[in-house]
Amino acid sequence: MRIDKDLVAASATPLVLGILADGDLHGYAILKRVDELSGGRMQWTDGMLYPLLHRLERNGLVRATWGLSEAGRRRKHYALTPAGQEALAQRRAQWEVVSDALHQVWSALPAPRAAEAWA
Amino acid sequence: MSEHGTLGDGPGLQHQIDQWRTWVSRRDAISPDDVAELEDNLRGRIADLRAGGLDDEEAFLVAVRRLGSIDEISREFARVHSERLWKQLVLVPGSPPEADRRRRDLAVLLALAVGAGMAVKALLALGDDRSFALNVAFAVLPFLAAYFAWSRSLPRRVAGTLAAIAGGVALAVNLYPFATDGHGTATATTYTLAAAHLPVLLWFLVGVAYTSGAWRDHARRMDFVRFTGELAIYFTLVALGGGLLTGLLLATFDVVDIDVEPFVQDWLMPFAVPGAFLVAAWLVEAKKSVVENMAPVLTRVFLPLTLVLLVAALVALLAGGPLTGVDRNLLILMDAILLLVLALVLYSTSARDPEAPAGAFDWLQLALVVAALAVDAVALTAMVTRIADAGWTANKTAALGLNVVLLVHLVQTGRVLWRFVRERGTFGAVERWQTRYLPVYAAWAAVVVLVFPPVFSYT
Repeated sequence: MRIDKDLVAASATPLVLGILADGDLHGYAILKRVDELSGGRMQWTDGMLYPLLHRLERNGLVRATWGLSEAGRRRKHYALTPAGQEALAQRRAQWEVVSDALHQVWSALPAPRAAEAWA
Repeated sequence: MSEHGTLGDGPGLQHQIDQWRTWVSRRDAISPDDVAELEDNLRGRIADLRAGGLDDEEAFLVAVRRLGSIDEISREFARVHSERLWKQLVLVPGSPPEADRRRRDLAVLLALAVGAGMAVKALLALGDDRSFALNVAFAVLPFLAAYFAWSRSLPRRVAGTLAAIAGGVALAVNLYPFATDGHGTATATTYTLAAAHLPVLLWFLVGVAYTSGAWRDHARRMDFVRFTGELAIYFTLVALGGGLLTGLLLATFDVVDIDVEPFVQDWLMPFAVPGAFLVAAWLVEAKKSVVENMAPVLTRVFLPLTLVLLVAALVALLAGGPLTGVDRNLLILMDAILLLVLALVLYSTSARDPEAPAGAFDWLQLALVVAALAVDAVALTAMVTRIADAGWTANKTAALGLNVVLLVHLVQTGRVLWRFVRERGTFGAVERWQTRYLPVYAAWAAVVVLVFPPVFSYT
């Protein structure tokens, strides 16, 4: 399904940081992980992930290293830094507040409509 | 994914990816590393799509679409790496063979800069103003020519010829018995004229070294023109920086009551000025295509402004009644105006795409040339009779001769430009005329330096 651009932009950073907290990954693997986590319902524009990763790298939240893929091509791997872990904890706290509030709103509404909107 | 290994088997797919890479690489904001990263994504996505049953063609198209608009990605990259949109001059490049060459170049240049500094210092040590003004160009320019001779492996025959010509000229001007006032100070106008025209002549010889002997070649001449313009700008910038540093140095030592002025005058300046000149030349050589040329940009700014100035000057000359101040100063002023106009035309020519059709800017150039000719014609007609009355002094002859040289240049420039904007000629003709005429300036400078003193009996 199509998710609003602003929502994607807002959730991309915590998602990427959270996925990297699990272990180092290269760009395409991050995208596949997002696919898996959302059951294929959240599709990012692939190319836009890379400027985001570079921004996180520049801000010191992730560290990038060049390695090789199975096929022997140059491939960039990203890992979470201590500052990234801190940022992730902060974002997580913020998102918990937001999602908790939203959750209460949804539960106050008639169920089928809410389910449809978020399916 | 195990499917990764099968990628690249299809030549069609490989070709498509190559094309895609070339297309993406064209964006300034996307670096080669980013392209590699995006390509890795593309290949991963294609492999997965093929594993899902798509053929090469379909997989490629879907993967490219999933990647998203390259324009948008490029914009995002530009936001993160805004510095990439500014062209960076890498003075010592990363790749080893190129870096070694560049470092060796710089070492040779610095050695030559020190040599030029020592030559200037030795010349100053003679304590003779007269020989200093005549010889300062001989103390600096040969070192620049030597740098070109080294970096371009100039054929020995050409280098020998250049050295012989320069040596002959140096010998001649230093042996000329210029008139003095009895205290050894030169008062002869032919001496001043020779000193002023010598650098032009020598610069032409530097140009021969710059083109590694192929000075007849139109394209190489144009390169030298570009080099000269950029050198002037870089030297000015380096000199401004140097001036600022020197000012800070003087001010700081002044605070602690140490007088460094003798040091600055006797040691710093003789080495810093020629050094700055040679380093500026090296910078222009190093930057060449990496950084946009500045001289053509400046001409774009100043061409319309100069046109306004010329029209105002023309109106003033025509409305001001009889020209009272008609003397050599007016002639020199006219020469300066024509020189400025020609430099503007020359540098805007040097940066123009010869294939592009005539546009508004070419009309503007033509208008500028016509205005300059009109101003010069008014001034000249007023002057000719007066010169005839007052006789031919060396100064007036030199100024008038230069005026004639410039006029011929300008009239023909106007003609080829006119043909071009009327679509009867090519821009190539405009370019070629500019470069073909350049040696005339050297020839005129040679006449003033070598022929004028004896003709005007060294006064």
